[in-house]
Amino acid sequence: MYFQLAWRNIWRNPRRTAVIMTAIIIGVWSMIFLNALMRGMESDMIKNSISTLTGHLQIHHKDYRNDPVIENSMYDTKALETALNKVLPPGAHRAARIRVNAIAGNARHTSGITLVGINPVPEAKTSFIGHAINQGRYLKPEDKYGVIVGQALLVKFETKIGRKLVLMSQDTDGNIASRAFRIIGTFKAEMQATEKQFAFVTITAARQMLKLEKGISEVSITLPDNIDADHVTTRLKAELGTDGYQIQTWRELLPIINAYLVIFDGFIFIWSFVVFIAMGFGIVNTTLMAVFERMREFGLLKALGMKPWWIIRDVLSESFLLLVMGMTIGNIMALLCVFALSGSGIDLSAFAAGAEFAGISKIIYPAVYAKDVLISNFVVIILGLLVSIYPAAKAARFTPVEALAQT
Amino acid sequence: MSIVECKDINKTYQQGKIEVRALKGVTLSIDKGGFVALAGPSGSGKTTLLNIIGSLDQPDSGSVSVDGNTFEKMTQSQLALLRLHKVGFVFQSYNLIPVLSAVENVEFVMLLQGVQAAQRRERAKAILDDVGLEAEYDRRPAELSGGQQQRVAVARAIVSNPSIVLADEPTANLDSKTGNGLLEMMKKMNEEKKVTFIFSTHDNMVMDYARRLILIRDGCIVDDQIK
Ligand SMILES: Nc1ncnc2c1ncn2[C@@H]1O[C@H](COP(=O)(O)OP(=O)(O)OP(=O)(O)O)[C@@H](O)[C@H]1O
Ligand SMILES: [Mg+2]
Repeated sequence: MYFQLAWRNIWRNPRRTAVIMTAIIIGVWSMIFLNALMRGMESDMIKNSISTLTGHLQIHHKDYRNDPVIENSMYDTKALETALNKVLPPGAHRAARIRVNAIAGNARHTSGITLVGINPVPEAKTSFIGHAINQGRYLKPEDKYGVIVGQALLVKFETKIGRKLVLMSQDTDGNIASRAFRIIGTFKAEMQATEKQFAFVTITAARQMLKLEKGISEVSITLPDNIDADHVTTRLKAELGTDGYQIQTWRELLPIINAYLVIFDGFIFIWSFVVFIAMGFGIVNTTLMAVFERMREFGLLKALGMKPWWIIRDVLSESFLLLVMGMTIGNIMALLCVFALSGSGIDLSAFAAGAEFAGISKIIYPAVYAKDVLISNFVVIILGLLVSIYPAAKAARFTPVEALAQT
Repeated sequence: MSIVECKDINKTYQQGKIEVRALKGVTLSIDKGGFVALAGPSGSGKTTLLNIIGSLDQPDSGSVSVDGNTFEKMTQSQLALLRLHKVGFVFQSYNLIPVLSAVENVEFVMLLQGVQAAQRRERAKAILDDVGLEAEYDRRPAELSGGQQQRVAVARAIVSNPSIVLADEPTANLDSKTGNGLLEMMKKMNEEKKVTFIFSTHDNMVMDYARRLILIRDGCIVDDQIK
């Protein structure tokens, strides 16, 4: 019967109820939906960055990150192999690379690039390059003079597939090594910068050019979704020791991305805050109006023997009902929006120029996390009830004599 | 045995800069089972006295007790519980909760008292039958006539056997025929169920129903007769 009472009271003034519900619905909807968009952007940014050679974690010679030269290579590939076989879970992929700074040049242009020597087969499973070829072909293990460059570099160098490209870098003797390659394919990446930065050759070709008998610059590892990178890192550190190796997760490898994630979280927080302030004012105002309209009734209830606290409880249950209804609709709407956009995504190409440097793709697919939804709902209901306390307390303070004297 | 005891009650209201002494040293004792009219001209202090007896308002000085409970040292919560269990109210108008039907309005007090749902319904229907509303259980207040609304209010006031029922001009908004009908019914309930009624009025016809008539003027009791 308490429920019936609350329910009927809510519908006494349908217009006002509609106003409050709209405020709650918009609040919940926008919190969940925008959260999903942000998360979509985030996960996209992470995925792009990870597949652009980073992986979930990497192993380097301990000095390589400070001084990425060929001397700082890891030579004991046996030990690495053993440790990786032991620690990596099924479904993980790994790729060994040689990676040095180099200069690419043809007759017309030169440019600083990163030369990456790869094992074509495992690399294709680990990073983006295996499925990013848009012209020509991918590397084969036996290619000794083939190079793959980005589409943007090809355009910048005014060259095309089949033409020569000279790569220069410092070899293990400290001399400048140079070798002429033939462009056998180009790749497309989310970002132009990536296309201009990397040139891929086979690891054998790189070793020959740099006079490196064996040894690699880095191992990049991707993990299945449910495996925590930190956990694997800890185990690898225990296995390999940290004297000769530096083992880092993508968070450490990509400090800027990490910083963006923090900013994103800040955005989400600020947005939630703004939404809530607006919603809170809506709830307080309309509930206060409702309470004042029913002043005589509250006076009567008190005369009948309701304690002040019971009246507060009744007003709060009405707010609670409204909140639950509004939240249900808001959740459904938000999830429908997310679902509707999950196929096509939201095209941000108009703003892509600005977004690109942050590693955000042109199309965003919203991503819903149960945790975000729960937090949004929790925040709305708790704060919704908190702001209802004020009108409820007002209602509880009407004295029967005053209230009944009103005509 | 007296159920209401008032000793030397004073109440002064502030109307702007003017002080209005609504009650000037009222001492009164009402016996259990009484059917008492409080009569007097407008502004004489009837409502003020009833509100104070019902613990809705506090006197500036003097003491009040209902069924042995002296109000002075009681908290708002304790007074609320006292009203819930021992005092029934019938106001001049606006007695009922608009969103509840007649039977639900009567049930409401029992709900607050924690009476079981089935028993609530049964007792509410029985009492509505007693006040002649067997056909009106499910009507909302807006669908009832003024007289019917007052009957529901009386039914609600007596349903849980309170020590006293306080009715402030219960017939003021009714035509005389309906008003008489309501008083007949109240008298019947007083006689059958031994509920103590204290009602205020300035209508001579209404006063005739009372077994005890207290006349009040300018905040003082000027006459008190038992018929
Ligand atoms: N809340 C209040 N503030 C100021 N003065 C008040 C208040 N309530 C009552 N009074 C004054 O106290 C006096 C007694 O009022 P009360 O309402 O008790 O009279 P009453 O006998 O019930 O009159 P009526 O027959 O018109 O209902 C009146 O002069 C009234 O103006
Ligand atoms: Mg009065």
